[in-house]
Amino acid sequence: MSKIKEYVKFVGADVINELEFYAGKLAGIKIQNINSTSVGGGVAEILARMIPMLRELGINAYWDVIKGGEKFFEITKKMHNALHGQQVTYSDEEISLYLQTNENNAREMKLNGDIMFIHDPQPCALIKYKQGDEQKWIWRGHVDFSNPEMFTWNFLKEYIEQYDASVFSAPSFAHRLRIPQVLISPSIDPLSEKNIDLPQETIDSVLEKFNIDKNRPLVTQISRFDYLKDPIGVVKVYKLVKKYIDCQLVLAGGGATDDPEGAKVLAEVQEVAANDPDIFLLLLPPASDIEINALQRASNVILQKSLREGFGLTVAEALWKSKPVIAGAVGGIPLQVTHKYSGLLTYTIEGTAFALKQLLQNPAYAKKLGENGHEQIRKNFLITRHLRDYLLLFLSLLHKTDNVVFL
Amino acid sequence: MNNKSEAMFQFYSSQNLIFLTGRKAKNLDELLTGIKEVEEMSIYYHSHHYLEQREFLSPEPPNDFFYWITNDLQNKMLGEMVASIDLRQMNSLKEIQSKIIEVIEKSLMQNIEANLTNVSTGEEFLFMSVRSFVYPTKYTASDLSEFRYCLRTVPLNSIYFHFFGTRFNKSLPSMSDWLSTSLNEAELAQKFEKIDPYTITLENLREALIRLVEKRIVEKNNV
Repeated sequence: MSKIKEYVKFVGADVINELEFYAGKLAGIKIQNINSTSVGGGVAEILARMIPMLRELGINAYWDVIKGGEKFFEITKKMHNALHGQQVTYSDEEISLYLQTNENNAREMKLNGDIMFIHDPQPCALIKYKQGDEQKWIWRGHVDFSNPEMFTWNFLKEYIEQYDASVFSAPSFAHRLRIPQVLISPSIDPLSEKNIDLPQETIDSVLEKFNIDKNRPLVTQISRFDYLKDPIGVVKVYKLVKKYIDCQLVLAGGGATDDPEGAKVLAEVQEVAANDPDIFLLLLPPASDIEINALQRASNVILQKSLREGFGLTVAEALWKSKPVIAGAVGGIPLQVTHKYSGLLTYTIEGTAFALKQLLQNPAYAKKLGENGHEQIRKNFLITRHLRDYLLLFLSLLHKTDNVVFL
Repeated sequence: MNNKSEAMFQFYSSQNLIFLTGRKAKNLDELLTGIKEVEEMSIYYHSHHYLEQREFLSPEPPNDFFYWITNDLQNKMLGEMVASIDLRQMNSLKEIQSKIIEVIEKSLMQNIEANLTNVSTGEEFLFMSVRSFVYPTKYTASDLSEFRYCLRTVPLNSIYFHFFGTRFNKSLPSMSDWLSTSLNEAELAQKFEKIDPYTITLENLREALIRLVEKRIVEKNNV
């Protein structure tokens, strides 16, 4: 069975037939993706999954990676931080090096797609080398653009507005631009290790490994130890609830070893946790997808008490497992959770504690939220929807003027 | 009874690509100006996307304007008035746009202070728009039995398209047009027209349509 057919069990044959129909309309079109890394990071992960699926659908999609020296990537890292709102400055040499590196890549690479799909700021200036009006260029911003540092944004905007279309992950990331801006949210893959169904024995063995009691309620937040994920707030929530309900708390995430701030945050969380034997602070190594999957599946309630968030796909992962979620109303989370329909959105420690007590004491309500959440993710945040949006995006460039396109 | 029509009913389906405008509103005045100035497909998106994206929910939040006015601006009375606009009675997106403008303007005249309330940063209303891509499904019907089979089998998006997508784009015949003109089933067509699809989930809408067709088939068999 082809890989794409394996998704029929999640989304139905009609969805896959529809993808095949759209792909048929794109036969013969070459789609060249360009980003700055082939491994590591969310963009490479998405492309590594998407390109084979597009090719399986018969689309001539391929992927190239730009080359740049250490200095170039220092500059683009600075740009990345600036797009997240950090104040930065650039020397004239840095700006020149950024542009020169793009020019060098344009000369060395064949920019020969009918549709050029450029990802993130690093290769953004390649648009200067567009070959005629027939070739269509799309720029895809993968990070949070809601509050960018203005010099960096205006610098990039000059190039972005030369593209035929741009793509952002959340409505709040949009700005006034002279070109169309398309909303395409990220997605989760139900066939990945993080999301596949697990046998109960696997879940039990993970709980056993961490000495978690499977007979008492479990509340979990999966995230890096980062102030913006508010792990200290989560412990305070747990303490308010623990007065009434004998529950356990898991805070699990990775990344602290290579992140000096992460280690500091973890130390503070440990202090607030004060050796409570029912609080489990789990620093997981990178290849821990099965453990994360099992912890989510074993939980009664999942928290994502973020103070700021890019998209927050851990929410989608939890909802996919039909778990009731309480989350901060930030970044892409409100797209995934409609308050009181498919989860609860909260703003404070006290509000989160109140919501948690409600869900732990009303399992039928919690179950209903989880079921609605699962449907919400099945319909809107699986990789098949992501693929469909990309196909529609490509088709939209071939049918530029109509609001309703008859295929 | 098995009167086949020469004009088959082709079931279509549609998918939307969502566009961002970068336009925001932080208070009622800016919302009103935005509603006046955005393109009609933006009004379509904000008044219909809940029906499509959250088909499994019941009751459904009726539209984005209601949701924002009620939950972010905390103007529950105006929210209720916007929510209860009878979209079934509106024959064009322009009409929907004008009605929403009328309701908000009336509220602003009665309560000038409401105009002054700003939401916090991050809670602004974000205007979006949409382009629809319509494609033929493999399902066609030439009589009532085939039509019933298709209603049971087509993807929910197809039901959505034939009830909502064709309402404001008359280039394809609606189900009731076909029933009345091709099958000579004017009464059944009228019953289809009387359904208010805005207060029912898509799955329940499908069931309601099947029930009507089944009842008609039984009636014809008993003649």
